[in-house]
Amino acid sequence: MLMVLGHHLRTKNEWDRVMRSEILFQQKFKIHGGDFVNAGESSIKIRNILKEIGIDTDIIRRIAIAAYEAEMNVVMFAQHGTMHLLVYSNKILLKVADEGQGIENIELAMQPGFSTATEEMREMGFGAGMGLPNIKKNADVLNITSTVGKGTRLEININLNSKND
Amino acid sequence: MTLHKIQELLNADLITDSTHSNFDITFAKASDLMSDVLAFSQPFSKPDTILLTGLTNKHVVRTCDIAGVCAIVFVRGKNPPSETIDLAQTCEIPLFVTKLKLFEACGILYAHGIRPPSANQK
Ligand SMILES: Nc1ncnc2c1ncn2[C@@H]1O[C@H](COP(=O)(O)OP(=O)(O)OP(=O)(O)O)[C@@H](O)[C@H]1O
Ligand SMILES: [Mg+2]
Repeated sequence: MLMVLGHHLRTKNEWDRVMRSEILFQQKFKIHGGDFVNAGESSIKIRNILKEIGIDTDIIRRIAIAAYEAEMNVVMFAQHGTMHLLVYSNKILLKVADEGQGIENIELAMQPGFSTATEEMREMGFGAGMGLPNIKKNADVLNITSTVGKGTRLEININLNSKND
Repeated sequence: MTLHKIQELLNADLITDSTHSNFDITFAKASDLMSDVLAFSQPFSKPDTILLTGLTNKHVVRTCDIAGVCAIVFVRGKNPPSETIDLAQTCEIPLFVTKLKLFEACGILYAHGIRPPSANQK
């Protein structure tokens, strides 16, 4: 009997849908707030993993950019976080969760050019206020939830069969 | 235009082992802002874009690695720290240093047909 998450699956279609949403590969990466020395390494690892899996290079580029921007935001604005890569047969999901200051106004944070980066971060080349817009541009679906004083969660979804733009 | 030709035009020194002097360069970005570099990332992963910048820390190399930028030119004679060079060796991204100012370097490349990547997109 086919039974997934308590649902009985009657048709072949439903079964196919479940199979398609099965996780083929997953890995979790730790990100340390304030660690500018190793910042970006998780995103490089993710890119290399996807290369090995044989994902389309244009899609890898989009995922790598989104991962890198998300990773840098954890380094810059949180104490610590995790980046969870989930590979499905039809999509890639990146879940980035951090414990940190949180975002007070997500709509404002999403605006190109908005940044609360410090002078020090700007001297390193960060703080253009383009990170979240870049993630949005490269993702098929982006979900952000945040609690001030607690932390922030990003869910970045990139389809494997459709091209964005 | 080959990387070698760009090196010649900018009177630049190659400071890494990797040369890729036969890369066919069509585009250049000029920025000191990492997210800007990523914002103009090419949709197609061809090694045809270089970055001109005044920033020399290793995040520049990492950003170019992510963005698919295939070579970096540091302007105003700024020599990057060794950690930047080490990372560039690992990523096989050639680094150049030119005494020219950013504006001058861009002007020369533009005059020789190099264009910003956005001009050719979409
Ligand atoms: N994980 C996070 N936790 C807390 N605040 C965040 C987080 N991510 C983003 N923000 C807030 O949203 C603002 C905009 O983020 P965004 O990534 O677009 O730009 P930036 O990081 O400031 O600059 P850039 O990404 O261009 O280097 C940040 O300046 C910061 O105030
Ligand atoms: Mg950012």
